[in-house]
Amino acid sequence: MANSVIQIKNLAFRYPVADNVCLDIQELHANAGDRIFIYGPSGSGKSTLLGLLGGVLTPERGRISLLGHELTTMSPSARDRLRADHIGFVFQQFNLIPYLSVTDNVLLSCRFSSRRHSRAIASGNGLHDEAERLLDHLDIAPELRHRPVTQLSVGQQQRVAAARALIGRPEIVIADEPTSALDAERQSAFLDLLSRECIAANATLLFVSHDRRLASGFTREIALPSLNRAQAAQEVA
Amino acid sequence: MKYLLSLAVRSAWNRKLTLGLTLMSIALSVALLLGVERVRQDAQDSFAQSVSGTDLVIGARTSPVQLMLYAVFHIGDATNNIHWQTYKDIAANPLVAWTIPVSMGDSHRGFPVVGTTTDYFEHFHYGESEPLTFGSGKPFAGLFDAVIGAEVADHLGYRVGDKITLSHGMGDIGLTEHADKPFTVSGILARTGTPVDRTVHVSLEAIEAIHLDWQGGAKIPGFSIPAQYASKFDLTPKEVTAILVGLKNRAGVFKMQRDVNEYHTEPLLAVLPGVALDQLWQVVSVAERALLAVSGMVVVVGLCGLIAVILASLNERRRELAILRSVGARPMDVFLLLSAEGLFITVSGILIGMALLTALTATFAPIIQSHYGLMIAPRFVSYDELGLLGIVMGVSLLASLAPGYGAYRLSLADGLTPRI
Repeated sequence: MANSVIQIKNLAFRYPVADNVCLDIQELHANAGDRIFIYGPSGSGKSTLLGLLGGVLTPERGRISLLGHELTTMSPSARDRLRADHIGFVFQQFNLIPYLSVTDNVLLSCRFSSRRHSRAIASGNGLHDEAERLLDHLDIAPELRHRPVTQLSVGQQQRVAAARALIGRPEIVIADEPTSALDAERQSAFLDLLSRECIAANATLLFVSHDRRLASGFTREIALPSLNRAQAAQEVA
Repeated sequence: MKYLLSLAVRSAWNRKLTLGLTLMSIALSVALLLGVERVRQDAQDSFAQSVSGTDLVIGARTSPVQLMLYAVFHIGDATNNIHWQTYKDIAANPLVAWTIPVSMGDSHRGFPVVGTTTDYFEHFHYGESEPLTFGSGKPFAGLFDAVIGAEVADHLGYRVGDKITLSHGMGDIGLTEHADKPFTVSGILARTGTPVDRTVHVSLEAIEAIHLDWQGGAKIPGFSIPAQYASKFDLTPKEVTAILVGLKNRAGVFKMQRDVNEYHTEPLLAVLPGVALDQLWQVVSVAERALLAVSGMVVVVGLCGLIAVILASLNERRRELAILRSVGARPMDVFLLLSAEGLFITVSGILIGMALLTALTATFAPIIQSHYGLMIAPRFVSYDELGLLGIVMGVSLLASLAPGYGAYRLSLADGLTPRI
């Protein structure tokens, strides 16, 4: 598995004050270019899984390896660097920092990662050109780019967030319910844009949602409740 | 790092209203703290400089503090007076360069009246050895001439040439007036910021004259000597209340003090004004320390406000911090972001507070001077104040680290999706 991007083995996680294990995953594995749709109702451990993948939570046991780096044996700051260099995030909403311009929000990813900074420059004519290119691709009209981000519609904000997740070509893009604040029509439009850009960048997309109707167009579909043994055990009990 | 600072600045600018209010509250508390400290300092200075150049203050035997109180501050009554002969003996002592006799017991509308000689205007010094100067008019020459202090003149609206009547005893109401012998204001002294400002000065002879037809502290019924005949009598004083003494050579001060304290004819006390003033200041310094404590509390409240605002804004910034975390900011970055803000706010708060105080003192110093006789010099931060500011800085540094630490903990616990 030379091009294995995400590998999870025998993973268990428990919140510090909780009695029960919150997440217990036997195995999860993704290759470069995979676009995986993970769905599950709220409380099924979606945010926890993303926190573990992002390296801000540490598992009780098991292994998580991203691009061949074993997260569980890395220092917290090394995990922070790994996240900055290789993962782009899009959240449910309020993805943007209100006091930064559209372009500065997109470039935020490059500020904390020199790797993505240099890759963004290498892929175009410069940092700003690359941001502009991505914003073009994600249908953010040039006249919107100088407005305060708070004046953008929710859909526009999510597309700006997608541009930020994609800039500097990270290997992994994680989207946590990015469409839940959008209406149905815009949901699929956003999904199409995001998928298209991930394919173009050959990025692995992990798309998390409670809404199974969005699953079309992904290479794989995983139901978190069946993957998460902790959840299954609780339901039986 | 540089980018982090620019983020901190832009983030702070985004919340400029709340932060501005915090900044102002810190600036005001710092201005108040320094202001109180300066007023305290200046009060002590002007207190310590109420008399200078005088080597000994001599009165009937009592406590040094009480002697200073009535001889220099004209507060309270003398327990006993000194005989005129004793005064003449002391004045004739070879160590003595000059003497100022003072005689008290009368007042004018609440202001003390001091009987003295014209040596007073020549030898009495205050502050850094500054002589008394006349704002207008001249020393008393005629029997019923009076020289008034600047505050007496301002408060009662007197000018040179005005007629005033003295009252027997101290206080403001219920006193018997020496209405039959009015005085004419012959001069008004320039403001000194010392008790001199509140004093009416007349000659020793005048004090004798107004009491010619008095006996045992009351007017003799049915008997009165009109003012124009007063000068026909022998007006040599029988007693004085205290004597201010200047020596030819300061080195002789302890010998002179011992001589006076061992004077045979009557029990006397000689005090060194500086020493007695220090003792006196100890008495009033409780109030001074209370003031300082109050202003310290004000600063603490201001800093609590700072922590409260930053902690409150922490909750609304959780999303912002999570975004920064998701793009790779380390918890340490988040910590720096918040601490830098707190530090910036307190440093600028302190600077603004100092500027504010300087502007206020420059504006109001003349008013304070004329109303309270307190000279507040606009000046740069003194060494003591630096210590005070250092404490404020230290506390605020800790105060700004607390929210930083909170954010650090929060950003670790929240992961990438804060539970709001």
